[in-house]
Amino acid sequence: MIEFQKVCKTYRVAKRQAGFRNAVKSLFSREYETVQALDNVSFRIADGEIIGYIGPNGAGKSTTVKVMCGILTPDSGNCLVNGKIPWKERASHVKDIGVVFGQRSQLWWDVPVIDSFELLRDMYKMEERRYRRNLEELARLLELSELLKTPARNLSLGQRMRCEIAASLLHEPKVLFLDEPTIGLDAVSKIAVRQFVKKIKEEKHTTVVLTTHDMMDIEALADRVLLIGHGRILLDGTLEELKRHTSTEKIITIKYTGSMPAVSGGMELREAKENQLTVALDPAILPVSVAIASLASQTELLDVSVTDISAEEVVAALYKEYQI
Amino acid sequence: MKFYVKLFALNLKSQMQYKFSFFLSCLGQFVTAFTSFFSVKFIFMQIDAVDGFSYGQVLLCFAVVMLSFSIGEAVGGGLANFPRMVRTGEFDRILTRPGNLVLQVMIPFFDFTRIGLLVQGAIVLGIAVPQSGIAWTGAKVVTLVLMVVCGAVLFFCLFLFQAAFAFFTMDSLEFLNIFTYGARQFGRYPFSVYGRRVLYVLTFCVPLALVQYYPLRFMVDGEGQAVYMFLPCLSLLFIVPCWALFKLGISRYQSAGA
Repeated sequence: MIEFQKVCKTYRVAKRQAGFRNAVKSLFSREYETVQALDNVSFRIADGEIIGYIGPNGAGKSTTVKVMCGILTPDSGNCLVNGKIPWKERASHVKDIGVVFGQRSQLWWDVPVIDSFELLRDMYKMEERRYRRNLEELARLLELSELLKTPARNLSLGQRMRCEIAASLLHEPKVLFLDEPTIGLDAVSKIAVRQFVKKIKEEKHTTVVLTTHDMMDIEALADRVLLIGHGRILLDGTLEELKRHTSTEKIITIKYTGSMPAVSGGMELREAKENQLTVALDPAILPVSVAIASLASQTELLDVSVTDISAEEVVAALYKEYQI
Repeated sequence: MKFYVKLFALNLKSQMQYKFSFFLSCLGQFVTAFTSFFSVKFIFMQIDAVDGFSYGQVLLCFAVVMLSFSIGEAVGGGLANFPRMVRTGEFDRILTRPGNLVLQVMIPFFDFTRIGLLVQGAIVLGIAVPQSGIAWTGAKVVTLVLMVVCGAVLFFCLFLFQAAFAFFTMDSLEFLNIFTYGARQFGRYPFSVYGRRVLYVLTFCVPLALVQYYPLRFMVDGEGQAVYMFLPCLSLLFIVPCWALFKLGISRYQSAGA
């Protein structure tokens, strides 16, 4: 379980104007700006939950994750991960967590992946049997067997990410931190990573904290979403709740033959192409079934699809609403 | 433990990968160190003693500093990479792993080419021991070993101290090189030749004189100053402020944006 209680963290950032003259000036007198990265952040994450942690760049996502990993010490407030204070009991705390930073590798660059794994085995002082079992399982699930003998620097990004995830799970952590795990991956690799994370959660009951800008990740994985902006938690709920918070709108897209149907009251025309029509409506005012019946009565329908507002749009609307 | 040994072996392997370059570096270390040896030799062609110390005794001092520096730097010199790791946030990765932080930073940069300097120090020691005119006893041999070992620890501490500053300044403080690379140069002579004030600083602030001047006095003057024999051990207390600074630094670590 992860618990955050009124955590605050500020950074002191040196301010400097561009240009050589200002660079010289800053040698003698420097102005500092205090940036409030986390402002009374509190939340609780239960065991086995997958949390989608979202917010624009600079909102405080990385800072939160770094506090939970024991990298940063907050100015005030308390944080407990599996009952331990990360920055105080660092060594024993990090044995129970796995960390994947999408932008930073944890594999030794010049040695075959399997050698990196064995170094990790020794670092975490794992029993040989337990290591073998976990390695075999991860290699099977992530299809690593072909990659293990390749040096990390020769792997493609997708291959490397699979190895990174395996490396972070070898010691069976209770909590897994994924920081932009699908960044830069192709569609096939993205889907593979998502399916794998789902499986791990189901089989091992691992808690996952997922930070990402890819809303497809959130849609596919997150049980619950935390939205952070300006160092504050702005929303906390399921993706469904977030969607409802933003808009209850439904989108109906139809394909038809014959004449274009008229868009009646309660429906709003979004797009009209040849033999295709998209309308939006609020089901509280006009039930979806009534709208479809109305359209069907006017023309011959070939295809109908009803969708919600997309996660991408929800987040864009939320960022706008909170001006973050 | 097994992990550190493996990491060490991995580093040795990669340094040995380019054999020719490795041996040339070792040779280079060995040859360049001769320049400072000759500078001592040439000075003593003009004079007989410095501050009461004979040529052989100064050479002994020279060898001790050289030996302890080469060990201290081989182990701790890699900490010079630490400011870069702090600036780029590479240190994050190390913090998220169980295990000793300093060892994880240090081992991948352990510099094996320092063996050249070590060999040079050993040769000079071989010349100095018979020439020093010291009546060697068991206690004096122990003192000599203490000087080298504690000196190596002290140099290592200085590298650690310098590295820990990166947490606060985001860059290394070059002036601290006076006490590392500088001490290797001016440590060729007993510190008393530089005057009382320098000796005070090197006794009470940066206790380099505790592994050099005082125990040397004991070896030269003999039994009257037996208390000086154990001063090298006292210098180990310098570990405390260095470690404290490093610990404080970690709590101030800001990481890098990502």
